[in-house]
Amino acid sequence: MSLVFAGVCSHAPGITGRADRADPVVRDRFYAAFDDMRQRLEAARPDALVVVAAEHFANFFMNNMPSFAIGMADSYDGPIEDPAWLAIPKVRVPGRRELSRRIIDGVMQHADVAYAEEWLFDHGIMVPLHFLTPRFDLPIVPVNINCQGPPLAPLHRVWAFGEALRAAIDAMPERIALVGTGGISHWPATPDSGKINEAWDRDLLDRWCRNDRDALLDYDDTTIYADAGQGGFEIRTYLTISAAAAGAQGTVHFYAPIPIFAVGCTVATYDLS
Amino acid sequence: MSLYQVQKFLYHLNRDPRLQAEYRADRAGALADFELTDEERTALVEADIGLLFHFGVNGQILMHFAALHGIEWSDYLQRMRDGIAAHGPVREGVYAITGYEGVDEHAARLGQRAASGTSERART
Repeated sequence: MSLVFAGVCSHAPGITGRADRADPVVRDRFYAAFDDMRQRLEAARPDALVVVAAEHFANFFMNNMPSFAIGMADSYDGPIEDPAWLAIPKVRVPGRRELSRRIIDGVMQHADVAYAEEWLFDHGIMVPLHFLTPRFDLPIVPVNINCQGPPLAPLHRVWAFGEALRAAIDAMPERIALVGTGGISHWPATPDSGKINEAWDRDLLDRWCRNDRDALLDYDDTTIYADAGQGGFEIRTYLTISAAAAGAQGTVHFYAPIPIFAVGCTVATYDLS
Repeated sequence: MSLYQVQKFLYHLNRDPRLQAEYRADRAGALADFELTDEERTALVEADIGLLFHFGVNGQILMHFAALHGIEWSDYLQRMRDGIAAHGPVREGVYAITGYEGVDEHAARLGQRAASGTSERART
């Protein structure tokens, strides 16, 4: 097997952009958990990192919105946001076009996916990379699931996509790491920004750690919207990693709601051993 | 009402530095290629965050428009609230307002404290 790492983390822009406005004690514990995740990632010695993200209209718009997309380029520029606003400088992140191509070919055996030879990273990928590959030296294969503009792919199709991704990765000779990024419950960039349903988040994370397919698919977008906000649609990234982890059990290394970051901040990994 | 066209303009503006420069130099001119109502055109020229949110512009698009205008985060959230108060609920799109208590009150309830040296509005 060539999947050497699987985990999830938060990506909200406030995590970097509004760092100075959070409780420093809670914030620094979160940052330490991110750094621990970086060390776990590095210990897995990956050749490339597949990031399953939920981008926010940086590349994909309602004129032609793919449910699933994979980048296929030798480099990606980001962040698309004002670097001062996000507190992450502009950088060119390495990709590997031919590796992307092989992964896309593999995924397409089982699931439909759009490919993109251009991709501007927004905070959804840049914030995780800022912590996990701070030198931006690990080749990235970006994956996007539309979690922003309904209609959205139903969760059982997301699960099938995760399984297809795993099958494709398993056929690679390279050592591949896989990270999903998204919020759990949140109401981002709206007047309700900062609202977090901690009980709902912890229940989702419990299902995620048990990697209980039936429990993870026992949501629908109506109840997600009511209980977890439109940001809750991003659990699709977490479910993709669960499906790809193929029954592995998970551990939550950090979870705490941080309202000024607009999300329950999360770091969690699966044990692939 | 053409929410799609409003969001399409903002999508391009957010990712295209040349359109940003054009918009800075001539706001109305930068809108010429988009099929907008007069109300939408005015909201975009005047950067009326509250009215744009009332139209239903996705916050993930709108927050970058606010940042382009140098509108600070708490002020951005307040302008959306003010827009809803002035114009009524979001017309279309994905948003419902849930009556959130506000960031400061939420953080305080969790026992978190704001970092020193920041001044907050009463509801952020």
